[in-house]
Amino acid sequence: MGGTPTDIKLIDANGRRIDGRMPDELRPLKIEAGVLKRADGSAYVEWGHNKVLAAVYGPRECHPRHAQDPTRALVQCHYNMAAFSVDDRKRPGPDRRSQEISKIISEALTNVVFTEYFPRASIDVYIEVIQANAGTRCAGLTAASVALADAGIPMRDLVASCAAGKAADTVILDLGKEEDNFGQADIPVGYVPRTDEIVLLQMDGDLTIDEYKKGLGMALEACKKVYEIQRDALRRRYHARATEVPAEEPVQAQQEGA
Amino acid sequence: MSKDIMADLKRDHIVKLLSKGVRPDGRKFDERRPLTIQTNYIRSAEGSARVQLGDTDVIVGVKMMVGAPFADTPNTGVLTTNAELIPMASETFESGPPDPESIEIARVVDRGIREGHAVDMTKLCIEPGKEVWIMFLDVHVVDYDGNLFDACNIGANAALKTAVVPAKRAGKGEDFPMPVQHTPISLTAVKIGEHILVDPTHDEERVADARLTVTILENGNLCAMQKGLNGSFRADEVFKVIDLSTRLGADVRSRI
Repeated sequence: MGGTPTDIKLIDANGRRIDGRMPDELRPLKIEAGVLKRADGSAYVEWGHNKVLAAVYGPRECHPRHAQDPTRALVQCHYNMAAFSVDDRKRPGPDRRSQEISKIISEALTNVVFTEYFPRASIDVYIEVIQANAGTRCAGLTAASVALADAGIPMRDLVASCAAGKAADTVILDLGKEEDNFGQADIPVGYVPRTDEIVLLQMDGDLTIDEYKKGLGMALEACKKVYEIQRDALRRRYHARATEVPAEEPVQAQQEGA
Repeated sequence: MSKDIMADLKRDHIVKLLSKGVRPDGRKFDERRPLTIQTNYIRSAEGSARVQLGDTDVIVGVKMMVGAPFADTPNTGVLTTNAELIPMASETFESGPPDPESIEIARVVDRGIREGHAVDMTKLCIEPGKEVWIMFLDVHVVDYDGNLFDACNIGANAALKTAVVPAKRAGKGEDFPMPVQHTPISLTAVKIGEHILVDPTHDEERVADARLTVTILENGNLCAMQKGLNGSFRADEVFKVIDLSTRLGADVRSRI
């Protein structure tokens, strides 16, 4: 949140950022679907130095019961940071920041899930940040929608997410840790590319309206790139599944042969 | 359960009205409800305001305490914002630890005040690295008819403007007025179907698809934003809400 003045040079004379990126360049992003065994669906996202896991359980019985909705399923997201994920140890358990992030990610995901197919049920999404380096809510939302798809939850589309912001008086994409700490503004965005809808939107810092428009435009373009990487992760996952030898049949065949 | 059915019934009714260009209470889509602000409302607080926005009624109090700064900001005071949605205000509010709804309200109000640099926090430093003023911004909602975000933001700004830092009581020199330097004003709009309405009532909020709060400074710059609810916005709708916030915020600011 916000920026504090610093001597660190966030953008050099050549317009390069502290990690060598150009203003509109994403950090390296790697997504893998189906990384956990027990969960109904899962995903792993490595985004710059962020490492985030997402797991989906459900649709299953909704707890607490009084939260059940007789007309649709609830998408309940739990965003959590590991104690060791940041430089100064984070006290375990939910804090106000994580509760707010859980709420807005739940809302963003609810938008794309066909919740009316599963009345009274709960679709639980667990996001664990195991290494944090700015932009964890975007990485978490990106991972969570891949995990939902991996769990076979019917969805209108994936939600792709990315932030833009401002540092050293320049509008930049996908803020790194120094840019987040010492920058001037941050705009996290969650976007549904197929329908051109913004489902998560926050902003803090100081921006003129023109800078804001430029930043939002950059973030939306980046979301489209993130979206392709998400889709690719799912394609790889299901290609692997399709070519796997089915587990049940060979065992039976052996027994018959014996 | 019964409330959900009521919301569904009301939704049809409200959508029908909106398609004729009318809101349930007769307002225009870009019209705020009547606003009254009473400052210095609570004697025991260092600064306070009672804000009535239509039938929404909130009391904001500022309390100051001497404490230790955060290690990474040794020269600035500390801001802590909390919102209490007490059962008195609505049948849907429960007592107990803050739920996600009140946390979101507190954090969005906090973000506006903090990111808008409403208070010069460096002037709340007593001894660098050792002692600073901790500023508690407590919001008490006593009557709920929607749009707590803006009512609380207005209350926070008004309470800060009238606050006095109780230095004498704490043995830290003479009392001084709160070093307020900016007035970040938020405007909240909801989307119902294709319609964008500012300052929603409880009924409008309950049937809304999406909500957007935009906080703007006196120089026209943006300092905070929060989208809520399950629905979505297109980029042009976001820009429309920014326009509305710029336009309506100036009037609110002149009242504080």
